[in-house]
Amino acid sequence: MTLDRRNFIKLLGGASSLALAACAGTGGGLSGPTGGRRVVVVGGGYGGTIAAKYIRMMDSSIEVVLIERNDHFVSCPFSNLYIGGLMKDLSPLTIKYDKLTANHGVKVLQAEVTGVDAAKKVVMTSSGEVTYDRLVLSPGIDFRTEEIKGYDAKSTPETIPHAWKAGPQTILLRKQLEAMPDGGTVVLSIPLAPFRCPPGPYERTSMIAMFLKQHKPKSKIIVLDANPDIVSKKGLFLKGWKKHYQGIVDYRPAKKVTEVNVGKKTVTIEGIEDVKGDVINLIPPQRAGHIAVVAGLVGPDKNWCPVNPTTFESTIHKGIHVIGDACVAGAMPKSGYSANSEAKACATNIVNTMNGKELIDFSGINTCYSFLSAKEAVEVTGVYTVDKAKNAIIAVPGSVGVSPDLSEIEAIYAESWLKNILTEMST
Amino acid sequence: MTMKWRGWALATGVLAISAMAQAAPPTAAMLSNACAGCHGTNGGSAGPSMPSLAGQSKEAIVDAMKKFKSGARPATVMGRLAKGFSDADFVAMGEYFSKQKLHPTNQSLDTAKIAKGASLQEANCGRCHIEDGKEGKDDTPAMASQWLPYLQIQMADYLSGKRKMPEKMEEKVKPMSKQDLDALLHFYASVK
Repeated sequence: MTLDRRNFIKLLGGASSLALAACAGTGGGLSGPTGGRRVVVVGGGYGGTIAAKYIRMMDSSIEVVLIERNDHFVSCPFSNLYIGGLMKDLSPLTIKYDKLTANHGVKVLQAEVTGVDAAKKVVMTSSGEVTYDRLVLSPGIDFRTEEIKGYDAKSTPETIPHAWKAGPQTILLRKQLEAMPDGGTVVLSIPLAPFRCPPGPYERTSMIAMFLKQHKPKSKIIVLDANPDIVSKKGLFLKGWKKHYQGIVDYRPAKKVTEVNVGKKTVTIEGIEDVKGDVINLIPPQRAGHIAVVAGLVGPDKNWCPVNPTTFESTIHKGIHVIGDACVAGAMPKSGYSANSEAKACATNIVNTMNGKELIDFSGINTCYSFLSAKEAVEVTGVYTVDKAKNAIIAVPGSVGVSPDLSEIEAIYAESWLKNILTEMST
Repeated sequence: MTMKWRGWALATGVLAISAMAQAAPPTAAMLSNACAGCHGTNGGSAGPSMPSLAGQSKEAIVDAMKKFKSGARPATVMGRLAKGFSDADFVAMGEYFSKQKLHPTNQSLDTAKIAKGASLQEANCGRCHIEDGKEGKDDTPAMASQWLPYLQIQMADYLSGKRKMPEKMEEKVKPMSKQDLDALLHFYASVK
C-alpha cells in the first residue's frame, strides 16, 4: 500500500505541499525512488526534531520527512516539576512542529510507524509506505512490562502510572497524588539501570516529597530502587532529602519489584515482600522504543541499539541510524541533551555522506538538571568524544562532574536550559 | 576503476558509512553545535540567564573559556565543560560563533533606565565596550542585545568579587550606584 497522498499533503500544509505535489506529478511521490536525497526521521522528541532540522540547515536540497504519531511533543525533562505542583499545566513543556516546516522545510507526517524494511529502504506507517535513502530512528524507550508479573501493558498504567513518557501519564500521577488522603503512602519503583534519565527517579522522589510536605504532611514516599544504590547525583539527592524531606522519603536500595497487584495496590519485591501504596508510580525496566525492536536493530542484550559512534548508523542494518535513549552511546547518559548532541553529529555525517564528503568525529555535550525543591537544583555535565581504539564514545577526563551543592542559581539556569533546548527543537 | 567506483558510491551514499573507518577531527561546527542546546541554535539564546554567543568576538569567547577552565571566572556547568576542550577548540568555537549573526532578544526593558544608561555609557564604558556595546576592544565581550538577567547575574558576580573585574572596569564601576549600573545593563540589553 502506498501513502495516501492527499492525506499526506493535507498534513504537510502550505508551501511544502506544493513542492511535494509537484514531485508527485513527476512520478516521485513518497513511495517512489528519490534519487538518493530523502532522509526519513522517526520520532519527534529531543533527538528526532534536531536531526530533521539540522539536516535541512546543513543541506536544504535533502528532503526530510519527520514522522511522529502525535501532533505535539511533551518534554520529560521538567515534567517532575509538574508532578510536584510547580507548574499549572504541561504547556511550558509542549512543542509543536509547524515552525520546523515553516523555517526549515521539514515535512511532518503524523502517523504511526509500524515497520521498517531495511533492504527495500521503506518505512511502513499507518498512512502508507514512505521510502528513504537514509533513516534516522529516535524512538525513545518502551517498557519491558513482561518482566513484571501481573502487569498488563495496556491497562495497568491506567491505574498504576509510570509517567516515564510525559503527557497523560504525567497528569494521571499528579491527579492521584492530589486525590490521595493525607497520611497516605506513595510507592515509587525504580528499575535496574540503564533507563531513560538516570537522575530522573530521584528528582521525582524529591518533587513528590515536596508536594507531600506542602499538601499532605502526614504522608510519605517509599522508594523501591532495584539498583544497589542511587544511580546519579547520589550525594546531592541525599543532602536534599535530609535538608527538606526528612521523615517523608523512605529510600530502600536493592529492592527490585517483580510483581504488581493492581486490585490490591501492592507491588512485590523479588516475589516475597509486598509493599502497599495509596499511589503507586511503577517505572518498569526499559528497552529501545518498539519500532527499533520491530526493525531488528537491538543488539545481543535485546534491549538497546548498537551504533557506530561517529555516524550513529546501526551496526546491524546499514542506512538506518539510531539516536537518543534507544541507542548505545557508550559513556553518554540517556538524556535529552545527549539526544540533542547525538542528533547533530548524526545529521552532520548523513549530510556529508550524501554529499561525498569526509566524516567528522563526534563531539558532544550532556547537561542535565534536577530539582530538589521549588527553588533549588543540581546538575551533571560532561563532554564526550570518540575513543578510536575502543570504537566507543567516552567522556573527556575532567569534564564530567556534578554541582558542588544545591543552589538557586542552578535552578535559574535550569529554566533557561529548558527554554533554549525546546526552542531549538521547535523553531 | 576502484577509485571510480568509490567516488560514485560516496556521491550516491551507497557505501555504508560504517565501512569508512577514518573520520576527520571535530570541526568548528561540530564543536559549536553541541553548545546550542543551552545557547540556542547558532548561539542565539532563548533563555534569559544564558548568553547569546552569536556575534560575540572570537577573543572574548576564547578568553571566557580559558577563564572558565582555570577557574578564574565563576561558573556552574561551564568550569567543567571547558575542561573537555582544548585551547584550539576554544579558538574554533570562537571563530564559529563570531561569524553568526547577532541575535536580537525580545525582552521587556524599562525605557527610563535605558535612557539613563545611554547617557552614562559613553563616558564610563565606551573605551572598551565600543559601538554601544556591539563590539569590544581586544577581548572585551560584546554586550549589545544580551539578556538582561544574564547581564545582571554577571554584574552581581563582579560586585561580590566572585568574578574579577579588569582594572579599568573596576575604576569605573566601584564609584557607581547600583541604580546607575542597572541602567547601564538595561541600555546594553536594549541595543539591537
